[in-house]
Amino acid sequence: MSPTVRVKQKQIAQLVSLGKRLDGRGLTDYREIQLDMGVAGRAEGSARVRLGKTEVMVGTKIELGEPFPDVPNEGVLTVNAELVPLASPTFEPGPPNEDSIELARVVDRGIRESKAIALEKLCVEPGKKVFVVFVDVYVLNHDGNLIDASALAALAALINTKMPKYKVEEGEIKVKSGYDPLPMRNYPIAVTFAKINDNIIVDPWLEEEQVMDARITITTDKDGKICAVQKGGYGCFTTQRILEAAKIAREKAQELRKLVVKG
Amino acid sequence: MKMSRKNPEKLIDEKDVRLDGRGLNELRPIKIEVGILGNADGSAYIEQGKNKILAAVYGPRETHPKHLALPDRALLRCRYHMAPFSVDERKSPAPSRREIELSKVIKESLEPAVFTEYYPRTSIDTFIEVLQADGGTRCASITVASLALADAGIPMRSLVAACAAGKVDGRLVLDLTDLEDKGGEADLPLAWIPNLNAITLLQMDGSLTIDEFEKTLNMAVEGCKQIYGLQKETLKAKYITVKEEVEE
Repeated sequence: MSPTVRVKQKQIAQLVSLGKRLDGRGLTDYREIQLDMGVAGRAEGSARVRLGKTEVMVGTKIELGEPFPDVPNEGVLTVNAELVPLASPTFEPGPPNEDSIELARVVDRGIRESKAIALEKLCVEPGKKVFVVFVDVYVLNHDGNLIDASALAALAALINTKMPKYKVEEGEIKVKSGYDPLPMRNYPIAVTFAKINDNIIVDPWLEEEQVMDARITITTDKDGKICAVQKGGYGCFTTQRILEAAKIAREKAQELRKLVVKG
Repeated sequence: MKMSRKNPEKLIDEKDVRLDGRGLNELRPIKIEVGILGNADGSAYIEQGKNKILAAVYGPRETHPKHLALPDRALLRCRYHMAPFSVDERKSPAPSRREIELSKVIKESLEPAVFTEYYPRTSIDTFIEVLQADGGTRCASITVASLALADAGIPMRSLVAACAAGKVDGRLVLDLTDLEDKGGEADLPLAWIPNLNAITLLQMDGSLTIDEFEKTLNMAVEGCKQIYGLQKETLKAKYITVKEEVEE
């Protein structure tokens, strides 16, 4: 830990124990969230989320491909995350590292386990041809809490996704004009907490992430059920703190969901 | 080759008995050994049901590459890897995204227990090889890796015990097999440090209400307590043998 971080750690921890934060937020407040949909014209669906200074763009592409042999009647979901080097001095070009893989897999788990996409409706020819939904998370500026920003942008991009209309003629797939929305039935929202000393705070920004003991992400679906959890970082949690976090996560998720799901 | 096996419709019968004959709250049979590899500084082996997992620890030793060395503590590294023959369909030996994620979370679950500050600039490398997999390998890996660390004589605050709980056929169960994990509604792996009463690994996938989540969490912690007992016994037994050998 560098000396500056150590100084900050003291300051941040003291403030948090008084229920305050360096940027003036309350312990369970999110930073300002700005959401734009349809920001990449060549993508089937796209969204950009600005969470304070954190900025994440997500594009979806849809292609025809083969289903997995164990689920021959379902489309395929693939989530990938790129920590683009322009987003932070700590990101380096090269193959995905453990952080980007974890980010992609946590976003993936939320979408998959809440059964957000009706994958069975993406089957063209059982066992042979299905639609593959590629969700590519592109981190453009890293100022903390990439998971929540990415998960929100991914959900928004999926809602924004247009499926090409098609018909099967004599075993051949022909694309027709026009689009359908991607069949969605659930809206998972990830809420991440940082643990600093013995307090938990929502939506840690970069300086808080640098001094936190551990973090936990709790993803809840539209019915308030928990569909994914991921603890990260070198610290630890008590059962009590985790349950407290789960309750806050459910409330916060309802607020965030209103940003992407209209009506 | 993957044989086409028909998955049973029911994983738990009316009398709350699971496919392998266990009750809802019962662990699979566990066998643990420590100090079984010649070259490693510490090693351990676990069989938990049909899981067979080996762990070895090298270190504290000089860090390579050098720029990764930490000025104030040891670098704890961890590699979770599955043998190509450990699952039905051959797994490519190249590390998959799943293995990279698991290596990361396993490392993070062990680190709070290790006094890394005693060995600045060194590295402690933990290698985990899954030889046979049947669900719950990340938890069994943590259980066995923490024993390998202890066997290497690395100062630790405690052992780390890990166990999963989840929901299968509408009921909450302990220590899920692969079939139960795939056919069930939720899986919650958890690692726990007994004398700090701290949870160092927590993941979940599936669908649970907050109430069920709380119960599953507590169930997993209870499982960890049992596993911790077995870990302690194994280590003690080893040192009794060492003592006898010395006295002879």
